[in-house]
Amino acid sequence: MELTCLSEGKGFYFPPCHIMDICGFRVLFDCPMDLSSLAIFSPLPVDANAISNDENISGSCHKYADLELNEDKGQKIDKPLDANSLICAEPQYKTITNLLLWNVSFIDVVLISRPMGMLGLPFLTRNKDFIAKVYVTEAAAKIGQLMMEDLVVMHEEFRQFYGPDARKWMNWEEIELLPLELRQIVFGADGTEFGGWVSLYSAADVKACMLKVDSLKYAEEACYNGTLILKAFSSGLDIGTCNWSITSPKGSIAYISNSIFSSATAMSCNYEALQRTDVIVYSDFSSSDAANKFDDDNNCPGAAGNNFSNLSDDDVNSKARTTLLDADEYLEEMAKLDFICSCSMDCINSGGSVLIPIGRLGIVLQLLERFALCLASENAKVPIFVISSVAEELMAFTNIIPEWFCEQWQDRLYSGQPLFSHKEMLKDGRLYLFPAIHSLELLTIWQEPCFVFCPHWSLRLGPVTHLLRRWCGDPNSLLVVEEGVDVNLALLPFKPMAIKVLQCSFLSGMKLQKSQQLLKILQPRHVLFPEKLRQHISPLETSFSFDYYSENKTIHISNPKEDSELDIEVELARRLQYTTLKQKDINILRLKGELVVERGRYRLSLGNEQVMSSQTRPMLHIGGVYSNDLLMALQKMGMKATVEEITGVGGSDNASIIHVLEPSKAVIEVREAQTLISNGDENVATLISQAVYSLLDCV
Amino acid sequence: MDIECLVLGAGQEVGKSCVVVTINGKRIMFDCGMHMGYLDHQRYPDFSMISKSGEFTDSLTCIIITHFHLDHIGALPYFTEVCGYNGPIYMTYPTKALAPLMLEDYRKVMVDRRGEEEQFSSEHIVKCMKKVTAVDLKQTIQVDEDLQIRAYYAGHVLGAAMFYAKVGDAAIVYTGDYNMTPDRHLGAAQIDRLQLDVVITESTYATTYRDSKYAKEREFLKAVHKCVAGGGKVLIPTFALGRAQELCMLLDDYWERMNLKVPIYFSAGLTIQANMYYKIFINWTSKKVKDTYATRNAFDFKNVCSFDRSMINAPGPCVLFATPGMISGGFSLEVFRQWAPHEGNLVMLPGFHIKISISCCLCSKTPTQIRLDQDVFIDVRCQIHQLSFSPHTDAKGIMDLVKFLSPKHVVLVHGEKPKMAALKEKIQSELGIKCYYPANNENLCIPSTHHVKAVASDAFLQSCLCPNFKFLETSSEQDSELAITHNIAMPQLQVYDDRVCEGVLTLQRDQNPKVVNHNELMSALGIKTHEVKLAQCCEVSREFPDYRHEHIYSNMPPLLLKGKMPSQNTSHTVNSCCTSSMAGEELAAKTTTARWKLGGGFELELRFEYEIGGGAERGEMEARWWVFWDEVVLVEDGGQPVVWGLEVAGGGKGDDGT
Repeated sequence: MELTCLSEGKGFYFPPCHIMDICGFRVLFDCPMDLSSLAIFSPLPVDANAISNDENISGSCHKYADLELNEDKGQKIDKPLDANSLICAEPQYKTITNLLLWNVSFIDVVLISRPMGMLGLPFLTRNKDFIAKVYVTEAAAKIGQLMMEDLVVMHEEFRQFYGPDARKWMNWEEIELLPLELRQIVFGADGTEFGGWVSLYSAADVKACMLKVDSLKYAEEACYNGTLILKAFSSGLDIGTCNWSITSPKGSIAYISNSIFSSATAMSCNYEALQRTDVIVYSDFSSSDAANKFDDDNNCPGAAGNNFSNLSDDDVNSKARTTLLDADEYLEEMAKLDFICSCSMDCINSGGSVLIPIGRLGIVLQLLERFALCLASENAKVPIFVISSVAEELMAFTNIIPEWFCEQWQDRLYSGQPLFSHKEMLKDGRLYLFPAIHSLELLTIWQEPCFVFCPHWSLRLGPVTHLLRRWCGDPNSLLVVEEGVDVNLALLPFKPMAIKVLQCSFLSGMKLQKSQQLLKILQPRHVLFPEKLRQHISPLETSFSFDYYSENKTIHISNPKEDSELDIEVELARRLQYTTLKQKDINILRLKGELVVERGRYRLSLGNEQVMSSQTRPMLHIGGVYSNDLLMALQKMGMKATVEEITGVGGSDNASIIHVLEPSKAVIEVREAQTLISNGDENVATLISQAVYSLLDCV
Repeated sequence: MDIECLVLGAGQEVGKSCVVVTINGKRIMFDCGMHMGYLDHQRYPDFSMISKSGEFTDSLTCIIITHFHLDHIGALPYFTEVCGYNGPIYMTYPTKALAPLMLEDYRKVMVDRRGEEEQFSSEHIVKCMKKVTAVDLKQTIQVDEDLQIRAYYAGHVLGAAMFYAKVGDAAIVYTGDYNMTPDRHLGAAQIDRLQLDVVITESTYATTYRDSKYAKEREFLKAVHKCVAGGGKVLIPTFALGRAQELCMLLDDYWERMNLKVPIYFSAGLTIQANMYYKIFINWTSKKVKDTYATRNAFDFKNVCSFDRSMINAPGPCVLFATPGMISGGFSLEVFRQWAPHEGNLVMLPGFHIKISISCCLCSKTPTQIRLDQDVFIDVRCQIHQLSFSPHTDAKGIMDLVKFLSPKHVVLVHGEKPKMAALKEKIQSELGIKCYYPANNENLCIPSTHHVKAVASDAFLQSCLCPNFKFLETSSEQDSELAITHNIAMPQLQVYDDRVCEGVLTLQRDQNPKVVNHNELMSALGIKTHEVKLAQCCEVSREFPDYRHEHIYSNMPPLLLKGKMPSQNTSHTVNSCCTSSMAGEELAAKTTTARWKLGGGFELELRFEYEIGGGAERGEMEARWWVFWDEVVLVEDGGQPVVWGLEVAGGGKGDDGT
């Protein structure tokens, strides 16, 4: 087995990407793209003035260019970062550069762990060499598809504005002129990522991509090539997200992506299903994203590790389980949502509007519900708008997938309530879904203050840019953004701003402390852990070993199982007859049958009699022949013989030669692994060979 | 070990489905239904058969419920809350959501309207449902370390599932009720091809063959339309769930097309809530219905409103869906009493009814009077129309499923005895599968699959997976003959890939049996093999034709060319030494290895097989180079130069030399 980490990703919206060699099959985990790098582009200008501004920008570029020309021998001066330094062009998208180093046709399986993990998939699938099977959970596939379709629609706006010439900005001179911050995004931290920029796929690409996707339920078994059994188990991060379990004849592997144990919306992480796998690929980088939290975490695990050494296994497990499932995280998350809700209500009450460009479906559903409750309790008639080309479909979809939600929401269903109050809210005009900001209906209904949920969280695409431009000067309005986005850069084009900005971080994985407890419960044999997080976990006294991986390095893991399991059908086994070897305490027999590979298991069945008997290998003789024994055996048969010992050069080629004199002449050459009977008379040869066989085990 | 099927209900009858299956020590109860036709103890399965002491939690591993019909789930609250079973219960999400509605409705009918003693309370239902684990289709659930279960789409009602259960190497499928043809709102049953020991299948329509549903649907719509056009009222007594939604979709669609304004009513409460669940669980319906969810949920009926008791005698035409389906009591009976005496009205009867219900009396003949109670009679003057489409599979469907799954045994339940007997004969004769139809409380033992566990080395598996292609060319004569008789074009070339796996199985104390390749014995297990060869010596004088020299030399590896070459056109006297590797006595005679030592520093050995008797010309030959620094050995059969397919090890493969 081999693991290569192609990208460690960054935050909720940019999952890690790995490629793994399992039993000779190449499995790609997730195929994301880095949408945060959209920040280098300028959002679309709203009005004609902006276009004249645009000219100013190019003008200013020239100015800087002149400036640089003048000082070409001196130090290069970085342009200061301001709204004008953003690139005014149709955006390009940054994919996983390291993935480009791999031949697409060598990928056998693609496993997607969350909707964000499939945003880069059409780039792969539109390659004509792409032949891999793609597995995604049903819910993630649908949500991912909607996200991609929405992205294409939002991008279309740019295409209409700038015309067809897409790669204009990728001009070396112009990029050289960009401020350092932007250049870093363009080239990546180590300057190698320039090749990863590509033009966006089309709607047709998305459609073709979805045709290549096999969607699964949680815990549904998918079988690849009869050998790999793939199963998705809920990870709790968001609706449809999953961890993967892969069973091969050479051992089992669990791929753990960002996981949440007591999830507020989605079905919680099903870690029990991953117990006792041989290898765990730990790929939850969320704790490294929240770097400042290391100090808090650092103290705990070490102490916890010591505590456990005195306890029995059961105690450790039950204790670990309580740590995993403690309600703190859940309550914290609820408190955050309540806080957002109360801030929003304050803002509404003071006459401002609330703009929420958050891309997490779970959070959006939670907030929608809370807003509705708050509004009802205050008896306020403030509309909630969800503006996106896929809003309607997404809302309808969330209403019909109760199987993918957490227990609390499912219980609501069993007690006879609808899953969401969307339907009612839509009916009595508290909630409106619109495909675009310029739809006529929206303009007639529009009313402020209001709540607006709309894409895109990068603040570069979609309805959010227009609404933010509208409200950025309003000190009563509120913008809710997520932590992890470079807010300074994101808000750059909208400055100066008077709008209030609420930045909040949502739970997007497990804390390091929990990850250690998790590993304890799972009891794998071997763990592949990010090098990045190594320093933050204390070495554990555990039965399993660790390997640490880092970006773009391949690590080899020996197969957990050397031999594969084989089922022999009883009908076949009944016919077998054992021979007990003379030389060792081993029973041995010849096995013949038809091999069936089915759902990752090998089975040997009786097979077609006719075919079976048509092919026979020669007898196998086991043991050694000693000349004295043979002589005795020959004499018993009434033959007369003499022995002659021959020593080869260096004693390596020893042989005994037995001359048979009666009944007819024959020579038997006995070596360590071979006996050669030279004789003209067939009958005598047969007798001699019988004597030889009597000294050997025949199989 | 055997698989035991203890049939507690639905054995040679329809009603109270309940089968307890024991596989490798795990005991699963499939369905826990009640019989709607009995009011005494016979309505429940005889649970004492499971455990005399009443320790049900310990004696069952889990309960699996296939769908929400009362004859499959009706006894569950009684079993869990009154009998005290406390173990795991599995059913699909829609079943978990809809079952309490059914149970509560039934309880109300029993207690509130008929005034019977209640078998379980509302609270019991709630508590019972709390113990249920909901499952999704195809989800593989590990009940415990050994027992694995999985649900497959059954298409009978919303959320109906067939269940697969596997313990060790033994596996079974319990179908529950299913439908092999898609209907208006549900898809057809779907299952993987599985390795099964037993399939326990329903056989409601064991001998019936049904044709297309569309004609039946048209007939139904026409009858309803005719009635309302004449100002009559239509009563459709149905189960609240399933049939009601299907018919409603039909009517709603028809109303839309024909622009009818006659109201369609649902008897309040239950069905309204049921519709909500249908909307949420639209993913469990047919693909056609499912795909509409984004634009308009197909269960958002446009022309349907809820009904009030006061409207029973309101003037004007209407269509009313009322529960229960058998007119055995409750609201449908109340409405029936009022509407039946009027000629213009219409009563739609469900397809399947239990013998003692009114609906059965109505269909068997056309009565003018029905005796309801001791002294209550109803004059029946309205029209009676029988609904003949059913969500059960017909005989063809059962045969198709059994054939598709090809289990080793089939058990029939949920049907009528004579029809089951007929189906059993059919399955045994047509499919060659053993078939049983046990009666209630009968315990059936069936042998189960068991594999011997071993480990296999990579080399063995690889050798097994190597293709072994054989090409057979059919002669044109045969071809034409076959083409005439069978009227099919036979392929010119047929390719066979018969792979025979051969290996050696070794058994050591305290170790799993291990299977290895022949060549591995030494390296993997330290077992020494010994080769026994026979040799014959004779002297042969032979002149080698030129072409063969050229042939052989041209295939020599470059290394050999460095040595001294025997000059061409020379006559050599060589010692021939024929050895044969032995594989039993007969083969020894056929296999010959011949070597010729030639001057010039090289030895060549050929091994080949030939037949000693008549056909001496045919044989196969395999050649190998041995390089010695002082001689070359060339090989031929003892005198007869029959060289077929000369293969040079280390060189390439040569053509034959004749």
